[in-house]
Amino acid sequence: MEKKVLLGNEAIARGAYEAGCHVAAAYPGTPSTEILETMARDYPVIRSQWSPNEKVALEVAAGASVAGARALAAMKHVGLNVAADPLFTFSYTGVNGGFVIINADDPGAWSSQNEQDNRHLARAAKVPMLEPADPAECKEFTKLAFELSEKYDRPVIVRITTRIAHSQGLVEIGERKDVPVKPAPRDPKKYVMLPAHARPRHKFIEEQHLRIKEYSNTSGLNRIEWGNRKRGIITDGVAYQYVKETCPGDSVLKIGMVWPMPDDVIREFAAGVENLYVVEEIDPFIEEYVKSLGIKAIGKEIIPLCGELTPEIVDAALNGKQFPPALPDYNTEIPARPPGLCKGCPHGFVFTVLKKLDLIVNGDIGCYTLAALPPYSAMHTQGCMGASIGMHLGFEKAHGPEMAAKTVAVIGDSTFVHSGITPLIDLVYNKGTGTVIILDNRGTAMTGHQDHPGTGKTLMGEQTHELDLAMLARAVGVKRVVTVDPKDMDEFERVVREETAAREPSVIISLRKCILKM
Amino acid sequence: MKNIIFAGVGGQGVILASKILMEVAKQAGFDVKESEIHGMAQRGGSVDCHVRYGEKVYSPLIEKQSADVIVSLEQLEAMRKLSLLAPGGTMIINLEKVDPAPVQTGEKKYPDDIEKWVSTNIAKHRLVDTTAVLKELGTKKALNIVMLGVLSNHLEFTEKQWETAIRSLVKEKFVDMNLQAFRKGREL
Repeated sequence: MEKKVLLGNEAIARGAYEAGCHVAAAYPGTPSTEILETMARDYPVIRSQWSPNEKVALEVAAGASVAGARALAAMKHVGLNVAADPLFTFSYTGVNGGFVIINADDPGAWSSQNEQDNRHLARAAKVPMLEPADPAECKEFTKLAFELSEKYDRPVIVRITTRIAHSQGLVEIGERKDVPVKPAPRDPKKYVMLPAHARPRHKFIEEQHLRIKEYSNTSGLNRIEWGNRKRGIITDGVAYQYVKETCPGDSVLKIGMVWPMPDDVIREFAAGVENLYVVEEIDPFIEEYVKSLGIKAIGKEIIPLCGELTPEIVDAALNGKQFPPALPDYNTEIPARPPGLCKGCPHGFVFTVLKKLDLIVNGDIGCYTLAALPPYSAMHTQGCMGASIGMHLGFEKAHGPEMAAKTVAVIGDSTFVHSGITPLIDLVYNKGTGTVIILDNRGTAMTGHQDHPGTGKTLMGEQTHELDLAMLARAVGVKRVVTVDPKDMDEFERVVREETAAREPSVIISLRKCILKM
Repeated sequence: MKNIIFAGVGGQGVILASKILMEVAKQAGFDVKESEIHGMAQRGGSVDCHVRYGEKVYSPLIEKQSADVIVSLEQLEAMRKLSLLAPGGTMIINLEKVDPAPVQTGEKKYPDDIEKWVSTNIAKHRLVDTTAVLKELGTKKALNIVMLGVLSNHLEFTEKQWETAIRSLVKEKFVDMNLQAFRKGREL
């Protein structure tokens, strides 16, 4: 069998390909982006697409699944918040063709606004979750997820983290399975979640939960590796690798299916060792479950709640390993190298002007969030995709229209399409007078210049309708819409002064291509 | 088990260098794993790749004080990795300096004692001046491959094995230039 060095994300794409996946949809987000990029580049037989946001991506995949295809949706952890609404109800309807959701958490918040642990979402949505521990398992578990999805009539989540998504390793390459698309059903009892249909489906998925729990106990995905019986460690994901590396003699229970949890396997393992430990990143998800079975274990007492784990953290916590300095101290200060906007970045012109005008800036998610840092220090709030515009209106509601003259909302083109349109409608509808600046650099720059509806190109490289942002702003009722090149900073400043002074809603489209694409 | 770290600044080609090393190790029959950084951190920030190969590799990350070789494409980035170097490990540093933002703004000073400190305190070190070679090659973009050439003298693989790996991972029209860059590095 041929082996290739693949990134975890590339291995997932390969797994979907081999599983006969027909349709895939995503919105780019570190650390999940390369999954769909790999599909479009290497496996064009899968109809892959960027959707405007994760909710739509998940719905497109759900639709494809209900219609009989094998379908996949991929997103970062916070993307699954956006897609939580369809997730919780497509959990009830179940699937027709296999339906797999890839969810990438980001412990350490390398490229994210938080460190949320989405294992909780699997439990809350009552959806099975697999958790690979390296690229080889990324491929195998993705394939398996399609099988389980069809066998148990459930969407299945494959959860990865940054260190799984962006680590490389050897992966065995297999053939694509030829899976025909099934006929599209007309089955409203299953696919229309009226209350009268939802109640029996709820019962059904609780019954399925018990069947899947049985599978979780017996499938080998949750695997005991007996070593010495003095210490047993339950662990999942990349933490498993750190445990194997630093505690080679110990007994290990490797959790590969993290929901539903394997009660019998946990009990067997706990009974077989003298001292039980749980090593997992972020929340005590496994630990609390183990304790709920009445089993004593040590976990977050010694393993940090915050940040990524590393081999040395695990080694220190479990083995008391110390690292006395091996080299003399280097006492000169090593200046930090914080990420920053590129030289010539169009956002740089914008934030230079906003700083000069001393405006309160409600920011959003993208490269431009870096403008909160020196040398610009010109962003004052930021939360999630699209929040800038709603918060901007909130500032005005709190202080009255004078506030709107001192505040702007700043949002990128891709982020605006993702989640900025509804709050812009709200701003007009609820009689706001503020100014929204759309930083249109012609792509989703932060994650690597992916296309979106405003660029006129699809993920598969086809030409398509190019969303006209100015026309869209006018259509929702904004009368003052100006497009300006921010490189002309005098003109840009004039426009911002004029629009913030106007007592009605304005949209300024700051149009200049990302410097990395010039 | 061999543990190698590539360090540098976003855009210097650290990821391609580590990919080539992985390919060499794979073709020599080793298990291999690697960990890298994408996303926001790449916007001019520090970037590193951990590469590990051996009979069986678990962790994609190298534990503190366990790196056999650290290859840094930039001076300051080498100093950030000191705690990862194994006792007796080798430090290879390209002498180029890339000023980080706080130095550009004048807020901080770029240390001027790195060469001296490394020469005094790290027994196995290589301080490499790639300026002339890159000038000869006509592109600064070849820096990562030149440094891979320097690294190759400290690892067990043959020139032929490196060549095969480079050919399999570099775009066809850049193969000759990269092979030349690799050889120049190997001779440095």
